[in-house]
Amino acid sequence: MAKTEQIHMSSDRRQPALSIKALRKEYRPGQPVLRNINLDIAEPGITAIIGPSGTGKSTLIRCINRLVNPTAGEIWFDGIDMAGLDRRDLRKARRHIGMVFQEYNLVERLSVIENVLCGRLGYVPAWRAFFRRFPEKDVERAFQLLDSVGLGADFATRRADQLSGGQRQRVGIARALMQEPKLMLADEPTSSLDPKTSVEIMELLSALSTQGAIPVLVNIHNVGLARRFAGRIVGMSEGEVVFDGPPSDITDEDLAKIYGGEGWYS
Amino acid sequence: MNTAQQARWVRFTPTERIARSMVYIVVVVAVIWSLKTVEVIPEFLYDAPEQTADLLSRMWPFDWGYYPTVVHAAMIETIHIATLGTLLSLVAALPLAFMAARNFTPFPVLNWVAQFIFVTSRSVNSLVWALLFVAIFGPGALAGILAIAFRSIGFVGRLFGEALEEAQKGPIEALNAIGAPGSMVLAKGYWPQAEPAFWSIALLRWDINIRESAVLGLVGAGGIGLALNASLDNLYWDEVGLILAVILLVVMATEIISSKIRARII
Repeated sequence: MAKTEQIHMSSDRRQPALSIKALRKEYRPGQPVLRNINLDIAEPGITAIIGPSGTGKSTLIRCINRLVNPTAGEIWFDGIDMAGLDRRDLRKARRHIGMVFQEYNLVERLSVIENVLCGRLGYVPAWRAFFRRFPEKDVERAFQLLDSVGLGADFATRRADQLSGGQRQRVGIARALMQEPKLMLADEPTSSLDPKTSVEIMELLSALSTQGAIPVLVNIHNVGLARRFAGRIVGMSEGEVVFDGPPSDITDEDLAKIYGGEGWYS
Repeated sequence: MNTAQQARWVRFTPTERIARSMVYIVVVVAVIWSLKTVEVIPEFLYDAPEQTADLLSRMWPFDWGYYPTVVHAAMIETIHIATLGTLLSLVAALPLAFMAARNFTPFPVLNWVAQFIFVTSRSVNSLVWALLFVAIFGPGALAGILAIAFRSIGFVGRLFGEALEEAQKGPIEALNAIGAPGSMVLAKGYWPQAEPAFWSIALLRWDINIRESAVLGLVGAGGIGLALNASLDNLYWDEVGLILAVILLVVMATEIISSKIRARII
């Protein structure tokens, strides 16, 4: 109880939504995937994390909401250190962080509207979810969100497994927004999509981020998309941040430092 | 060494060839030995066709009058025993299956306890369970229902536990990231994915249980088997024939019904 009050009090203060300090992650002892990550995310808009495969981008994003447990370091979100939370408090803190996945991760056999309503599972009483009696205002909001991600009301009763990749990702975004998140994480949200749909999804994330004043942390391997939509780019290589700045500042040398090799980016 | 020699390929090494020959010899010896042990009496074997023809001639024509007086009610009781026993086993097996699924219950001790219950249930034949319950509750349908239920718990629990373990990780991860409590992850993540398997397993077991409950009466656990036992003891072969024919019809009907429904679910 005391902890929840603390969350609300601290959110009023002007401080970065997310502050990562000296984060380290080892899956196997002595072989760090993340070495010493320090990162503050304050402003709304898209922050893109770029870097080669296997460099720990996904691990970094998953450490923030503790889908992966960090080995050492602090993750300050909304005035609390995520790294130090027990199961109960972690569950409560996760409700404020929306997440979008590469493989969408919808529950395939549920309808679109029910997938969106799943975003409220951290809040609604168990019996309401069991008997599919979600509060009226949640259902209303779910329909509004479907509309704002570009899916009409006629999609609501379709089963998730009947949708195309782009449509599924829109449902995934609506589900994350249903949480009324203070931060959005997106793990390779466009990697399973065709180029045109990728651009549409990034446009959508960018617009929603500005409208809702929600910082969005996107992990992406398409440098072009990152440059076009992100207000800030974080370049990672071998578990460390090697570039951090606006897209206009990133040079060929930076790209060579991030990805290694040369000649491929020109 | 020239290249022709290097390119030569033999499927088995000499050691493997010797080992395989040994296996063949052991199989032949085992067959001869077991034939000697069972001590088939040739005279009984020779007149078996004659005996079968004699038995069939005693069975036909069936004693149709026996159907409305005894067989009908006994057959209905058998179907009741199978259905109630199956329902009871579903109620008991459902929580145990979740306990056995290693992805849902990450505690090896609990997984092991559930598996132990399944093995115990499966390794005892339903006739033996029936003997046990007839001793406890006296002869009748109750003993039959419990025998069916106890035998089915292991079957349903094990198969449904395996279906749960095959649930996709993505949607589960998404619900955890939302901050949904465990009960909601179960209801909206695991259950929708494993539900078709559950109904399919339940129908399959019901189908098997109709067959199994037909013989439970032989040890006094109610149903058509009781009538069959009485007719056999009295050597009323025309009654026996009728009962066997009714069992065959009912089993065929349940198999058609259950496979039709299963085809719809999957």
